[in-house]
Amino acid sequence: MNGVRVLVGTRKGAFVLTADGKRDQWEVSGPHFAGWEIYHVAGSPAHQDRLYASQCSGWSGQVIQRSDDGGATWQPVGNRFSYEGTPGTHQWYDGTPHPWEFERVWHLEPALDDPDTVYAGVEDAGLFRTSDGGETWQELPGLRGHGSGASWQPGAGGMCLHTIILDPVRTERMFAAISAAGAFRSDDAGQTWRPVNRGLQSEGIPDPDAEVGHCVHRIAMHPSRPEVLYMQKHWDVMRSDDAGESWREISGDLPTDFGFPISVHAHEPETVYVVPITSDSEHFPPDGRLRVYRSRTGGDEWEPLTRGLPQQHCYVNVLRDAMAVDQLDECGIYFGTTGGQVYASADAGDSWAPIVRDLPAVLSVEVQTLP
Amino acid sequence: MIRVVLPAHLRRLAHVTGEVQVDVIGPVSQRSVLDALEARYPMLRGTIRDQDTSARRAFIRFFACEEDLSHEQPDAPLPDAVAAGTEPYLIVGAMAGG
Repeated sequence: MNGVRVLVGTRKGAFVLTADGKRDQWEVSGPHFAGWEIYHVAGSPAHQDRLYASQCSGWSGQVIQRSDDGGATWQPVGNRFSYEGTPGTHQWYDGTPHPWEFERVWHLEPALDDPDTVYAGVEDAGLFRTSDGGETWQELPGLRGHGSGASWQPGAGGMCLHTIILDPVRTERMFAAISAAGAFRSDDAGQTWRPVNRGLQSEGIPDPDAEVGHCVHRIAMHPSRPEVLYMQKHWDVMRSDDAGESWREISGDLPTDFGFPISVHAHEPETVYVVPITSDSEHFPPDGRLRVYRSRTGGDEWEPLTRGLPQQHCYVNVLRDAMAVDQLDECGIYFGTTGGQVYASADAGDSWAPIVRDLPAVLSVEVQTLP
Repeated sequence: MIRVVLPAHLRRLAHVTGEVQVDVIGPVSQRSVLDALEARYPMLRGTIRDQDTSARRAFIRFFACEEDLSHEQPDAPLPDAVAAGTEPYLIVGAMAGG
């Protein structure tokens, strides 16, 4: 029978949650790397038991862990992330130049066809790649060095490259998103890049429709239609139908268009999920009610999904990398909260139940669908 | 034989319990001890000092014989008691919450 493996990164360790295809009985493994921040755990699409984890701490910096047995055992691999050439400066919060300094790996994106190749999005924003299973990492400097890098500024969470999307059809194409610089696209496997932010409007920057400077929180794509992108921006939910060349707002009737994660249904490319958050200063759901919103029309028209989710006194947040979907026939949706809950829906969001309630604050959630 | 005490989170990373011991050939300094430690436990590279500059990470401290050696020159000799193995070299995570 099919099953799922949910990979959870938290402020104090990683957890692996497994269930069969019914997704109603769960085994919980962890904490792995107890006490360390786990920004992201990701599995290879090319080898289900090859996992990578980004492990870090304020004391001891960055560690990358690799598992070859689905998370049962782990081994540290390479953790040297050195920017190519002279790193130069970006802007600091106060607008002064600030040297580029590696802080941590926010996101790991394993290649679609090779378990030894992984892309890493880091803070200060840069894109790295390994092709030897994580033993060594090399920067793809064309992104940071494409021309606007010196003007990038950090968002409140740091200047992080948090989204990496690999186009499964045009395999030389990839997307990256940086807070607070915007969305970028490469059509040559990451060698050269250009901003793709036309149509974004951000009131928090001097020129609201500037080429770069937008606080993009997350981008999602359905693999069957890689030219269609969905974006949760600092404010605004956006859509592009031309691989980022232009964007239009699809916030529609959402109660608030601020939020962090955005995901697409595994089998319905026009079904999209967001978790509206009150505002940039109030990082909790409106009215203390945790609601996932689903659009079955590719945006603009949204319905609240509440069954099984707390509808009073709930003041958690759902971070940008903390929602994912499985590939089972009835698509499962998963998200984790800063309050330590991981919720699962085995019916495309119609109803929800917690898998676990009391983990450390959840930073990331990924799902693997097992044969 | 040099005795080294790691903070708990690095003992877990290195898959060790208690003190570890390393052999140092030549002068016993913080640099030579850390070089030997990282050679024996490669997963510790980058977690105590920067891999490019060898600078101590900001929230890591080095103690021995009830002295804070964190700001000593990396090639300065360590106390005789550390070199003789009668006192350990302590790598400490600075006190901080979280």
